[in-house]
Amino acid sequence: MSVENSERPAGTARPAARYDDATHARLSADAALVIARYPQARSALLPLLHLVQSEDGFVSPAGIAFCAETLDLTAAEVSAVATFYSQYKRRPNGEYTVGVCTNTLCAIMGGDAIWDELSEHLDLGNDETTADGKVTLERIECNAACDYAPVVMVNWEFLDNQTPESAVQTVDKLRAGEPVASTRGPGKICSFKQVSRVLAGFPDGLADEGPSAGPETERGTALAAAEGWAAPPLPSEGGAEPDTTTPTASASGGASPEVGGPQSSAERKPTAAKDSSAEDQQKKQSSDQAKES
Amino acid sequence: MSDVTTLTPVLTKDWGVEQSWTLRAYLDGGGYAGLRAALAQAPGDVITAVKDSGLRGRGGAGFPTGMKWGFLPAPDGGPRYLVINADESEPGTCKDIPLMMASPQLLIEGAIITSYAIGCSHAFIYLRGEVVHVYRRLMRAVEEAYAAGYLGKNIMGSGFDLDITVHAGAGAYICGEETALLDSLEGRRGQPRLKPPFPAVAGLYARPTVVNNVETIASVPAILKGGAHWFREMGTERSPGFGIFSLSGHVQRPGQYEAPLGITLRRLLEMAGGIREGHELKFWTPGGSSTPIFTAEHLDIPLDYESVAAAGSMLGTRALQIFDETTSVVRAVTRWTEFYKHESCGKCTPCREGTFWLAQVLRRIEAGKGTSEDIDLLLDLCDNILGRAFCALGDGATSPITSAIKYFREEFEAGTHTPADELFPPERSSKFTYTPRRPAGQLAGVHA
Repeated sequence: MSVENSERPAGTARPAARYDDATHARLSADAALVIARYPQARSALLPLLHLVQSEDGFVSPAGIAFCAETLDLTAAEVSAVATFYSQYKRRPNGEYTVGVCTNTLCAIMGGDAIWDELSEHLDLGNDETTADGKVTLERIECNAACDYAPVVMVNWEFLDNQTPESAVQTVDKLRAGEPVASTRGPGKICSFKQVSRVLAGFPDGLADEGPSAGPETERGTALAAAEGWAAPPLPSEGGAEPDTTTPTASASGGASPEVGGPQSSAERKPTAAKDSSAEDQQKKQSSDQAKES
Repeated sequence: MSDVTTLTPVLTKDWGVEQSWTLRAYLDGGGYAGLRAALAQAPGDVITAVKDSGLRGRGGAGFPTGMKWGFLPAPDGGPRYLVINADESEPGTCKDIPLMMASPQLLIEGAIITSYAIGCSHAFIYLRGEVVHVYRRLMRAVEEAYAAGYLGKNIMGSGFDLDITVHAGAGAYICGEETALLDSLEGRRGQPRLKPPFPAVAGLYARPTVVNNVETIASVPAILKGGAHWFREMGTERSPGFGIFSLSGHVQRPGQYEAPLGITLRRLLEMAGGIREGHELKFWTPGGSSTPIFTAEHLDIPLDYESVAAAGSMLGTRALQIFDETTSVVRAVTRWTEFYKHESCGKCTPCREGTFWLAQVLRRIEAGKGTSEDIDLLLDLCDNILGRAFCALGDGATSPITSAIKYFREEFEAGTHTPADELFPPERSSKFTYTPRRPAGQLAGVHA
């Protein structure tokens, strides 16, 4: 994990290392609910760090002290965990984290161009925040929406099939305080603090907003319906009863040649020395076996 | 012989249904029939049914699921856990996240059946933290399942009790590795553990634990409903059943296509409308960035565990990232390597140092400033990581590099004199048209 810069901007005071009594009592009540979800209290640390971010907009010294006290850990133990995960912020975060996916697939489909555009438009580098405190710009890794590439995440809600123009529009709206809708999520994307509270495991009642899946996700389902393709009927639906026939690979038709037979991979010619090096394959295999789970 | 395999929607069947994520929609689609069938059997018989089906782990490794469940030691009166790996983060992989958004009850039902089979009374779903809306849907699904009596005490009058906790991570690819996930779930830094002991013996809180991928667990209700024989009607003998194939990149209609294992990319591309107009396939990943890349010569490889392995790669997560001839393989591989460097947990030296050096060398090749020794240096570095890293992350980091050099060595050689974005202008690969903001040779998007 990369180590983030935790220096404070010049002239800002060190945040208080302890919450005032009212805040402490309120967070303690929340923390008790979180801890109750787990057989062992320490498992609550990740959600409690999200809870701290919902209060302060980052993992503050007071938040670290609170987690440590609540879970009977040292501040060093809590900090060690907080610095490992990329969603925990070491400095006050903007109201909206705008994350541009620049992992390979999105980058090539246009993510790099979106990043360049936003970076210049906002005059920000990675993990920097606008002076008005509205937007923190981030380069993010693959967010499991590759069929919608290029993807931008705003406070960890999906904005699918983005362009430089749409991304600029989004950040302009966010800075102007106008609502921005997720393409597969809520009609109005919540603030970083609000979303952090959800991540601590406190529902905000928005689960029923947004579509079931989205058009790309449903493409296979829709194609199968249009073509009349389906899985074999269940026995209860009049499909073959068990034991009336022997299991075969027949359902996939010609997809699977006999092992070693015509058209099987056995006919494929080695393309390079590495391809057929017994030593190389053996090493890979033993390593896979050791790790397979 | 041409591949005439058709799609077999089981997991994805109801994704187009109005409010498909609700319990009501799930029950309308026949939901919880699998649980009913399971509770009518002895737990051991449920394990046997899953063993007989031949279901193999859908998270990448392909380990037989029923066998994994069978590894748990005999009950000793203490707790045993089911932990569902919903930390989907492998580049290119995008099947579990939409599944949980559209059909969270499918996962909950699978979790209840599995817990019943292995004697678990507290299951966990470890979801990556970067998908808030999926977390909302999962929490809501658990809430609805409790209210309807599918979770809690004496489920459907069976005497079986189960609680499910949905847990959000906080951003770390390594937590997809099952032992790192367990450490993370225990409130620690997500670093992998030495194996053995395997989680089956000492997993969560050092208790016997089954860790399974989302799609694996979501496949269980259908097996209980249809039976092992029905499941085996799809797929191949050693790779039975259905799976979600995720097509992304330079295809006409990217998306999720659920098909029997053993389908070919050629057939899937037909369904997805082919490569984008006027272009041709250059390279692709069969199962995410950690699986060695394939080229157009592999279009007819059956996408099952055995055939893909025999062709020198891995089926992985069936994340088919498709790149056409406009794409620089050097740029693609360099970016993946930056990812592994960023996500290496730092526990072991080969991975921590190795990914750092791989990225350094690849960056200069991408910039057209490589040296004549750099390809050998890359291969030597990979050789010192593969099989020597603590977990599979290090091995995975070498896959794109060694396979890309195998198929496209000349592009790496060109990196000794010409920048990748001069050879392959990025605007030609992009989905939209734009004017590049910087002169060629000045690379976009390198991690600071």
